[in-house]
Amino acid sequence: MRPVFEIEGLHIDYTTEHGVLHAVRDVSLAIHEHESFGLVGESGSGKSTLAMGSIRYLASNGKVIDGSVRLNGVELLGLPARDLRDLWGSRIGVVYQSPLSALNPSIVIGKQLAEVARQHLGMDASAAKARVVEMLTKVAMPDPEAVLKRYPHQLSGGMLQRCVIAMALMTDPSLLIMDEPTTALDVTTQAVVLDLVAELKREFDSAILYITHDLGVITKICDRVGVMYAGEFMEQAALYELFKRPLHPYTLDLLGCVPHFDPTPEKRSLVTIPGAIPRVDELPPGCIFAPRCKFVEDACQVARPPLDHVASDHLSACLRWRIVPPPAEYLREATEAVRVAQTEGTRPDVLVAAEGAQVHFKAPKGVIRAVDGMDLEVLVGQTLGVVGESGSGKTTVARAIIGLTPATGGAITLHGKVLPRSTGKRPRAMLKEIQMVFQNPDASLNPTRTVGDAIMRPLSLLGDLNRQQAKQRAKELLQSVSLPVSYFERLPHELSGGEKQRVAIARAFAAEPELILCDEPISSLDVSVQGSLMNLLMQLQVEKQTSYVFISHDLSAVQHLSDAIAVVYLGHVMEIGDATRVLTPPFHPYTEALLSAIPLADPDVKQKPIRLGGSVPSAMDVPSGCRFYPRCPRSLGDLCVEQEPPWREGEGDHRIYCHIPLDELAQVQAETLVLADQDGGA
Amino acid sequence: MVEPNITDESFDTAIMDETMAKELLGPDGGRPRPRQWRLYWRRLKKRPAALIGTIVFCVFLFLAVFGPWVAPYDYQAQDAKARLATPSLSHPFGADQFGRDILSRIIVGTRNIFLLGGFGTLIAVVIGTAIGLASGYIGGTGDEVVMRLLDVLLSFPSLLLAMVLLASVGPSNLNIILVVAVLYIPMVARVVRSMVLDLKNKEFVEAARVRGEKTSYILFREILPNSLPPLLVEASMRFSYSIFLVASLGYLGLGVQPPSPDWGLQINEARNFFQIAPWVLLFPAGTIAVLVIATSLMSDGLRQVMLPGGGRN
Amino acid sequence: MGKFILRRLGFMVLTVILASIIIFWATTILPGDVASQILGRFATDKAKTELRHELGLDRPVPVQYATWLGKYVRGDWGTSPSMDTVVRPVVFERLRNSAMLALVAFAMYVPLGIFLGLLAALRKNTWADNLISIGSLAFIGLPEFVSGLILIAIFAIELQWLPSQSAIDPHSTFVQAFPYLILPAITVALTSLAYVVRMTRSSTVDVLQMDYVRTANLKGLPPRRVLLTHVLRNSLLPTITVVAIGIGWLIGGLIVTESVYDYPGIGRLLLFAIQRRDLVLIQATALLIVIIYVVANLLADILYAVLNPRIRYN
Repeated sequence: MRPVFEIEGLHIDYTTEHGVLHAVRDVSLAIHEHESFGLVGESGSGKSTLAMGSIRYLASNGKVIDGSVRLNGVELLGLPARDLRDLWGSRIGVVYQSPLSALNPSIVIGKQLAEVARQHLGMDASAAKARVVEMLTKVAMPDPEAVLKRYPHQLSGGMLQRCVIAMALMTDPSLLIMDEPTTALDVTTQAVVLDLVAELKREFDSAILYITHDLGVITKICDRVGVMYAGEFMEQAALYELFKRPLHPYTLDLLGCVPHFDPTPEKRSLVTIPGAIPRVDELPPGCIFAPRCKFVEDACQVARPPLDHVASDHLSACLRWRIVPPPAEYLREATEAVRVAQTEGTRPDVLVAAEGAQVHFKAPKGVIRAVDGMDLEVLVGQTLGVVGESGSGKTTVARAIIGLTPATGGAITLHGKVLPRSTGKRPRAMLKEIQMVFQNPDASLNPTRTVGDAIMRPLSLLGDLNRQQAKQRAKELLQSVSLPVSYFERLPHELSGGEKQRVAIARAFAAEPELILCDEPISSLDVSVQGSLMNLLMQLQVEKQTSYVFISHDLSAVQHLSDAIAVVYLGHVMEIGDATRVLTPPFHPYTEALLSAIPLADPDVKQKPIRLGGSVPSAMDVPSGCRFYPRCPRSLGDLCVEQEPPWREGEGDHRIYCHIPLDELAQVQAETLVLADQDGGA
Repeated sequence: MVEPNITDESFDTAIMDETMAKELLGPDGGRPRPRQWRLYWRRLKKRPAALIGTIVFCVFLFLAVFGPWVAPYDYQAQDAKARLATPSLSHPFGADQFGRDILSRIIVGTRNIFLLGGFGTLIAVVIGTAIGLASGYIGGTGDEVVMRLLDVLLSFPSLLLAMVLLASVGPSNLNIILVVAVLYIPMVARVVRSMVLDLKNKEFVEAARVRGEKTSYILFREILPNSLPPLLVEASMRFSYSIFLVASLGYLGLGVQPPSPDWGLQINEARNFFQIAPWVLLFPAGTIAVLVIATSLMSDGLRQVMLPGGGRN
Repeated sequence: MGKFILRRLGFMVLTVILASIIIFWATTILPGDVASQILGRFATDKAKTELRHELGLDRPVPVQYATWLGKYVRGDWGTSPSMDTVVRPVVFERLRNSAMLALVAFAMYVPLGIFLGLLAALRKNTWADNLISIGSLAFIGLPEFVSGLILIAIFAIELQWLPSQSAIDPHSTFVQAFPYLILPAITVALTSLAYVVRMTRSSTVDVLQMDYVRTANLKGLPPRRVLLTHVLRNSLLPTITVVAIGIGWLIGGLIVTESVYDYPGIGRLLLFAIQRRDLVLIQATALLIVIIYVVANLLADILYAVLNPRIRYN
């Protein structure tokens, strides 16, 4: 059968002040009806440029130089602008990354959706409205009639994304482009939207071009996958094949960068890719991945290997694809056991504890209960992972611990001594013991100060070193975070995101604190950079015996690093305990939903679909009884609505905040997440 | 209605220029970039209008400093024979009703405008920065009150406020400087305050708090250096408006008093001769226009160079 | 929404009160003695003292202020010593004249400014955009007396198309006054035009880069529809604010422009009052101007909120 959408030998250039950049070079792909093609790549890989350029939507400095793009056999390049516009929105639907910004803030949803029906289906106002309601019903929008009159800012992200999907599918398009459609959403919402897309895929005939950086998401949606790197395809294959038997070293490395879900106490390092993605204006002459490749040989550096069939329906741009090992084997060799999480035996002392910590903010219309009575303990030399979605209060509680957002109730203790609530009231000796690595690398460093200054300042302020000593020590710290000493004189804008975060880590360690709070330190970075930063954090912990609080919305990252895990929801801890116990049944129903929702980069994993309805309630309006009851799939009804749940004690430190007894939970939850045999596949 | 210039391959989507380059070229890691000032200069060179404005401005700055030595005549010297003389080789811009050389008066008068507007702006920048820093960083009720009070000052049309104040305190040079300062303090304070609000919750400032830095260190070492580009842009825009204001006050007879060679005042004094000797008015007027336009071009150039994307007028 | 308006209204009243204090304070420290001004230099001390008492000038300043404000609110704006008439009718007559002038200017610069701003934004980085952008920059800081003089030199003296002075009878009707309004209106409009152009351009450029404009384009809507329904609705919102704030500029511009053309408006009146040190007239005029300015800003805020659903529904 002929593919619905074909790209052949596409070249896209941008003219910038740095000269002409060949952003996409000689790229081909084909998608059939009902098929979804996953386009994976890190930032700078050119995946969005490829997708948008193929339908000729480029910034004014971008230009398609060469190639062919056919939709249902019609050549898009060279098509008159008017005809192209007729295809946009009718034969081609697009779903965007941020639904809130993709919709016009000052026009009601109903009107924005109806526009498509009126423009392309020739409907009048009432017919268009009926069509919009029909489409909203298809995307499982509750109360579609009411949504018509809403403005975008009045709906949650998940709801908005349904609207955009409904809009894109309005005309039953031949091609549906989805550009990171779930990246801006919470994990549980992402799972719901991914289910929806999978279902719509069956119902509609559209070929789907699905762009994402997330290997896990790919496994939920896509049939075929193409891996892009610096503007070219490295590998294309069917989904299962690509994950189980990748035949390009880059794909292999990418798979190894993501933490594998593994609730055993052994902590292993992740695969790293040395170096950085080359700039498109400074590509190496041979294979563009060669400078970072672990299987490189002389031939790789001579000529660029073409993307060729290496098996039926499997393309790889590697000369040495024959020697690329299976992932399981590679993982064993390229990673090492760093340490073993301590679960049994003597329990280390408590370093920092939050006891009934409470952070309430006054707002014009009430009180925001951001943190509403949390009990947490961080043990000496260990990592406490705090996981929860947006609005869970995980960042706020960390800020209360360090004193940036003073707690309004409860106590924060360090070695059993109560700490003053705000940084301003804490003596330097106390401040020194707790440091923080922040989420946004671009804002972590003062843009006007050099890297050296940034690291030296805490050394001379908290470490009482003179200038010469501080300089010496700062250089050592730079080395310990694997940055060259020459970076000492650099300004932050001369560093990449990952490098900035390394400097921020060095700065945090400069004070030689006992505890470092890591607030989503890796979530804005590319997967390969995430992996190397997690390795760094783990290695420094082993060297310095520092405790961490690792805050993330990403359960895979949290389980990879943590000895103990706290699952938080709407300002309260739902479940806490040793990592292994939290990640094996019994689970709190919320933990269960998170585990069922996390996209794992392994097509063999079986997850029972447990989906949460609605969205996280406002922290100004915390539900009575168990605050999770309105969304809980296992709610017992009145009991959960009326009474606050008890803390149910499991083995060891494991505690669950739920009305349902632990054995009952364990019974129904056995199948929530079934990991495949580690050596399976291929 | 205008037909939009959207042809199929030309969209100004958000992924333009800087962001696009960053995305494509990858992070700048491992690659030192030119230091900020050199970068600004490189960008300025690509904007001819801003460059011309800056050069013209510098010429005036030169005249403001060395005017009395450059001027062909003494600005006060009256030559009865040259009364209302038409422009000629000996008096390139003609002479006024007292036979004074207009070119010389314009050249010497440059200093006046730069002194009054410049010092007024400078005081406004210093005090406004102090208020904006304190108010923004401390926040809360104090901030609210200060900002409301400044809003009241802003709720006067600035020329009206200047006129009323000058009328009451009398038009001395010092008073003009002070009035310019009073007028611009709220505007500078607002710009600085909004920078502080933006910066004070930035992670690098929080990191400073976490290691126990003093407030003064945070304000002057962490926040202020990062507020400099917008502050400089604001100062240069304020200066260009101060020329407007000082000249207008001079013209209305409320500013500098005779026999100062102030440009506005020159025009005011020569108003009755407009029909018979228009050059007496038009040369000073044209000079004001040239300086004002040059300053505007320069400050807008600064804005585009120092705050690409983020700056607003 | 109602709450929002009430809060803004409260703030407006507060602003006016504070402004009135500043105006009153500034005028009471004016050099010169009112009594000698009214009675002439040769009046006896006794007569002066009596007049001061009559005018309440011997009472403490706060009391004087309260009395003045009370009277002002009730519409008793006092008698002008220099014009020897009751102030209020004169002020309102001049205000009417200024309003006529402002109206003509407004009708010129608002539509033209929006048009040029849009044109520049849609033709970003072309010669048309460069011309409009640099042109607007040039006019933005140009004092009205400079542009006024140049306009007079060209259109009145050189071409003789329009009168060079606009010293009309203060009671003229709009139609009678119209020929005398054109040059002053152009003069006032130039600065404000530049503002509107720049604001419209920059907000339209911003909106054109928004994701939702990409959505609208990729919906396959015709370019004209994208512009009319998706771009303008959002990009003209900030223009409304700038038009309202522009009213302040307009007033400042009126003072100078009316003086250039000798036009009997409120700005000319204020200048006259200041030149004559007529504090009753200064107070009345200045406060009225502030009130107009503040009300214009309030209306702009409300209009902005009404047109912006993100504020309306919060």
